[in-house]
Amino acid sequence: MSSTTTSPQRALGVEHAPGTRRTLEKGPSGWLAVPALAFFMLFAILPLLGVLFLSFTRWDGLGEIKLDGLSSWNTVLADPVTGNALLVTAKIMFFSFIVQAPISLLLGVFTAASQKYRAALAVLYFVPLLLSSAAVAIAFKALLDPNFGLGPGLGLPFLAQDWLGNSDLVLFVVVFVIAWQFVPFHTLIYQGGVRQIPASLYEAAQIDGAGRVQQFFNITLPQLKYTMITSSTLMVVGSLAYFDLVFVLTAGGPGYSTRLLPLHMYLTGFKANDMGAASALGVILVVIGLALALFLQRLGGKNRNASQLEGA
Amino acid sequence: MKNLKLRTAGMAVSAAALSIALAACGSSGPAGTGASADSATMWGLTGGDQPVFQASIDSWNKAHPDSAIKLDFFANDAYKTKVRTAVGAGQGPTLVYGWGGGVLKSYVDAGQVDDLTGFLKENPDVQSRYLPSILESGVIDGKTYALPNNKVQPVVLYYNKEVFDKIGAEAPKTWDELMALVPKFKAAGVAPFSLGGQSKWPDLMWLEYLVDRIGGPEVFANIAANKPDAWSDPAVIEALTKIQELVDAGGFINGFSSIAADSNADQALLYTGKAAMILQGSWIYQGMKKDAADFVSSGKLGYTPFPTVEGGKGDPANVVGNPSNFWSVSSKATEEQKKTALEYVKDGMFNDENVQGLIDSGAVPVVTGIEDKLAASPDKDFLTYVYGMAKDAPDFTLSWDQALTPAQGDAMLANLDQIFLKKITPEQFASTMNATIGK
Repeated sequence: MSSTTTSPQRALGVEHAPGTRRTLEKGPSGWLAVPALAFFMLFAILPLLGVLFLSFTRWDGLGEIKLDGLSSWNTVLADPVTGNALLVTAKIMFFSFIVQAPISLLLGVFTAASQKYRAALAVLYFVPLLLSSAAVAIAFKALLDPNFGLGPGLGLPFLAQDWLGNSDLVLFVVVFVIAWQFVPFHTLIYQGGVRQIPASLYEAAQIDGAGRVQQFFNITLPQLKYTMITSSTLMVVGSLAYFDLVFVLTAGGPGYSTRLLPLHMYLTGFKANDMGAASALGVILVVIGLALALFLQRLGGKNRNASQLEGA
Repeated sequence: MKNLKLRTAGMAVSAAALSIALAACGSSGPAGTGASADSATMWGLTGGDQPVFQASIDSWNKAHPDSAIKLDFFANDAYKTKVRTAVGAGQGPTLVYGWGGGVLKSYVDAGQVDDLTGFLKENPDVQSRYLPSILESGVIDGKTYALPNNKVQPVVLYYNKEVFDKIGAEAPKTWDELMALVPKFKAAGVAPFSLGGQSKWPDLMWLEYLVDRIGGPEVFANIAANKPDAWSDPAVIEALTKIQELVDAGGFINGFSSIAADSNADQALLYTGKAAMILQGSWIYQGMKKDAADFVSSGKLGYTPFPTVEGGKGDPANVVGNPSNFWSVSSKATEEQKKTALEYVKDGMFNDENVQGLIDSGAVPVVTGIEDKLAASPDKDFLTYVYGMAKDAPDFTLSWDQALTPAQGDAMLANLDQIFLKKITPEQFASTMNATIGK
């Protein structure tokens, strides 16, 4: 009943049963959201409005901020590098998803079971999760160096490719390194999801004569629907934010081959010192992120709140 | 239904927060350096000069505990971004490390650095200790805003004598000789040239020298003066064409576009014998002296001026590079900080200990009357070579990316990268760059 004491209803002096019930129906008091909202306003909404404002100005980061109408937007939208950055971002998003989703799903299912050796392997799988993106990028940059890296070091010509300098290869190398870093995280999500599935479902299936593969496709996968949506949202929206890893690994190069939208925004703002154009790119990034998140939520379908466990 | 909306909103919010977090990490700039509010601050670069600067400040702080200076170091590429953001936010260090040129001008235009002309007038000793031509690089519109703080940095063609001896080659004197060496080194399994292509500015050294040798220093002077279509000069086109010919011939090491100069991987290729030559600033001598002491002290490191180009107008003694680095004094610093900073510049910088420290590190300080000290150094061959190169150069062109405005400089490096990768033609480069003139 603690929620009633902080509720506005209290101020009205409503202490009898109906008031209490109404409070309960409404859930915990809205005031509980105030600290979070205040932080969100201060660190998210206000900067966002600031960025929106800056996108209509010209500013080199040093001098005066000059209002300049749509010229930054024109620059950004007419610049072929922006289109290329969108394309590279879309490619990374697509390939990251295609690579990461199945691997983390399978690893998650694998590590969810209770055998000891699986637990031991799980610990190994989760190691990359402990490393910072910059450290991962520096390590891979050294390993993939065509002259001093793993390939020449071990005398393996196959590994001595120009991994980070070849415009055609580099995208897949980036996808690989991103997957190496983030698969453990999604594995963890799936592991948790699988452990939530009631054992009774599998017992019933076994009695009905379903094999392991059938059980996987008919019980595990459907039961993981929302886990998949959560994981996919994080993967897809998260791929809009790959920055540190790519910045350290390739700096967007060679040429513009791995210049992702967020990297393009950063380089425009802090290397070319065009804050107006960088802000316009930032707005584009936010809009795309929001649209993707909403779209993925829609995928859940109309009855997304319906229980999955009926009859379990 | 309500829960559903809330969740959608929550998702949207977290998505927005993700993007914003990203935007914010750029604009948050330099969180305090930890210096107490009243002590003067100084930001320097990691690398060759770092121990020398540190020693100079340490002994200054020991002698002047009341006006101590707090010194922090940053890697070159990261520093260039950080300092500009910090200065723009009014949070820059008291002493701002710089290169002169277009970036200095943008600080001057924004009123972020102090005019030091008066300080020089009051302290003729400071003025007279510098090589005059180098002091000139800190002057904007007749006023001095930056004072040289370290060493002359001409760009030098280094070569590995051991590798050259192996195939019986001599250092190239002309561009044709240079091109003729390429297949020979390749046949011997050695890359002709090392290049830190990911950092992009090492690419620029090739363009700077080739344009100078072909068309003379006037070509870039026109570009820097924002003359229309200055990038379409035939010398620029020819230089870019020559670069692409060298790329086609396999002149640069495998994977050059993923090698970062900040990690010194480019010079490591030279002293490990994986590459025969490298075009780089005189500062990499300091790095190699530290990382490959045997290679340097046993005389395996060769150096030579950039080759001439047949029919070219440029004087072969012309030099490109950085005349020096500079200190500017932030106009946002307190009076107390400024006083400390200038006292250090006057009495602490380039005192005997500091000059000797620079020479010992393998650098040539930008002060007069050091010939004896250079001659007494174990690195005297290289140091006197660099000193002579800088002193006798009819023209010393500042690195273009520093001479131009930051927007132009960045566009130039990005497009030059495309040239080295053969994604664009010299003509496309020229027309793209012409469009940036005046920006």
